[in-house]
Amino acid sequence: MAETESQIKPYTMNFGPQHPAAHGVLRLVLEMDGEVVSRADPHIGLLHRGTEKLIEYKTYLQAVPYFDRLDYVSPMCQEHAYALAVESLLGIEVPERGQYIRVLFAEITRILNHLLNLTTFALDVGATTPSLWSFEEREIMMEFYERVSGARLHSAYFRPGGVHQDMPSGLADDIGEYFETFDKHIDDLETLLTDNRIFKQRTVDIGVVGADDAIAWGFTGPMLRASGIPWDLRKAQPYDVYDRIDFDIPIGKTDDCYARYLVRVEEMRQSVRIIRQCLEQMPRTGPVKTTNNKVAPPTRGDMKRSMEALIHHFKLYTEGYHVPAGESYAAVEAPKGEFGVFLVSDGTNKPYRCRIRAPGFPHLQAMDFMTRGHLLADSVAIIGAMDIVFGEIDR
Amino acid sequence: MANQTLVDIAEAIVSRLDTDVSHYAIAVDQLTVHARRGAIEKVLTVLRDDVAFKFNQLIDITAVDYPDREERFEVVYNTLSMSQNARLRVKVTTDEDTPVPSVCGIYPCAGWFEREVWDMYGVFFSDNPDLRRILTDYGFEGHPLRKDFPLTGYVEVRYDEEQKRVVYEPVQLTQDFRTFDFLSPWEGMTPKLPGDEKATPQQGGTA
Repeated sequence: MAETESQIKPYTMNFGPQHPAAHGVLRLVLEMDGEVVSRADPHIGLLHRGTEKLIEYKTYLQAVPYFDRLDYVSPMCQEHAYALAVESLLGIEVPERGQYIRVLFAEITRILNHLLNLTTFALDVGATTPSLWSFEEREIMMEFYERVSGARLHSAYFRPGGVHQDMPSGLADDIGEYFETFDKHIDDLETLLTDNRIFKQRTVDIGVVGADDAIAWGFTGPMLRASGIPWDLRKAQPYDVYDRIDFDIPIGKTDDCYARYLVRVEEMRQSVRIIRQCLEQMPRTGPVKTTNNKVAPPTRGDMKRSMEALIHHFKLYTEGYHVPAGESYAAVEAPKGEFGVFLVSDGTNKPYRCRIRAPGFPHLQAMDFMTRGHLLADSVAIIGAMDIVFGEIDR
Repeated sequence: MANQTLVDIAEAIVSRLDTDVSHYAIAVDQLTVHARRGAIEKVLTVLRDDVAFKFNQLIDITAVDYPDREERFEVVYNTLSMSQNARLRVKVTTDEDTPVPSVCGIYPCAGWFEREVWDMYGVFFSDNPDLRRILTDYGFEGHPLRKDFPLTGYVEVRYDEEQKRVVYEPVQLTQDFRTFDFLSPWEGMTPKLPGDEKATPQQGGTA
């Protein structure tokens, strides 16, 4: 009987690019052995817009909005990396209040990102409610975005030299008031998922990556910390005012998708802590961007009175500023991992080369390694826990 | 102080790897080591495994195009040492035809980074098991991040209702491609001015 039974040949299956669980435009070519994945080959680039090439044709200031459009759920963190890279080449310091505002909004961004990721991840594995609850909260936080920058998503708020403008009056109080009770929302979210039997069945022991593998495959951010490595750029190589703020780095114990979920939940709680400290420590007044008018524009009021300010403004918005020749790599702990910008300047007003190091890129690369031997349905959970956004992977 | 650590690391690398690295540079508190192209595998293996360095994570591989140079591409390996909390850039140079040895065997995450450099710059990595294009379209021709590749590209796609498929056509711009040179003649002036091409280098003005 056994001899007549034909052997099932591995067959190829196309997953995406229009599948809702593909989180964007991932085309995954899966070689299946029955229901078990024997090889996964992600085809990416469907959202490739040539950001790096475009930036080479823009002045340093004009390049900022492109960073919002990379990972469109954590825009400000990416502007942050670019701003730090340009500032390191220019050798300018950001005023203290500007640094606090940046850290404050970087952490709001982190919560925004994690809320989106965790809830869509839960949606992928069958839980609808978390996304309904959290998107409401996200909307409130995006209002903070709107009040500070004028845009809900593509804010172009962090600029080389500081932030574009000071926070409007009352915003700090409203943020403080909102985050007073935000822990409650995280608790509610946890009651839906953390001990949820179905959620755990879908995520525990799925996509296990040990510490050594996680380093070798270039994992950063929550993916690395879920594998038990306490590595966080905000602690290890602090930028802006992170060194003055007290927070903890959560790490996972089980290396699986469930640990990635837990790490992100705890990161949100830590972000709330950071936000509170920022609001407490932030100088009440003071400049928010460098006062060097060769880099940052003068105020509108100055332009009415001072000829020099008018010239500065004109020069900045036509020619832009010149960045001294050199190279610099600046990285931030973006919500998804290490987001880096490698900037090569030739001394003119446009970057010679702007390399964008997206955290999702190496994560997705490990897809084959992580899904091999898992069921097809588990690959969805793995993608969900990876927190991938194609804006940054395809660039 | 941070600088001194970098100098120590740099000196240690130069003494350990001898002729495989040509020189190092420290700028804006960042260390760059220039390596010999053929020795990149050895250099990165030593940097990863030697207890004095422990650059255990490859963060990124990228390239920079300098069309005027004899070997126009600089391939940049960006590594991170968690135990030393230090970053290091290793650079090798190459041209269009000369392959660079792949480092997939040392850092598994190099695979896609090398694919991207191949796709964007046309730098060939020998021994990469899967050197396909990664970001551009299936059947794309050319290497878009090269400086001689136009920003607008060569072909554009659209869905053709009659043929019921996507067709590729040469790019047609409804408005001419414009780049404005905002460089002030007092600052970023290039040695050669328009109309000044016949001038000898001595006469060509500099800023």
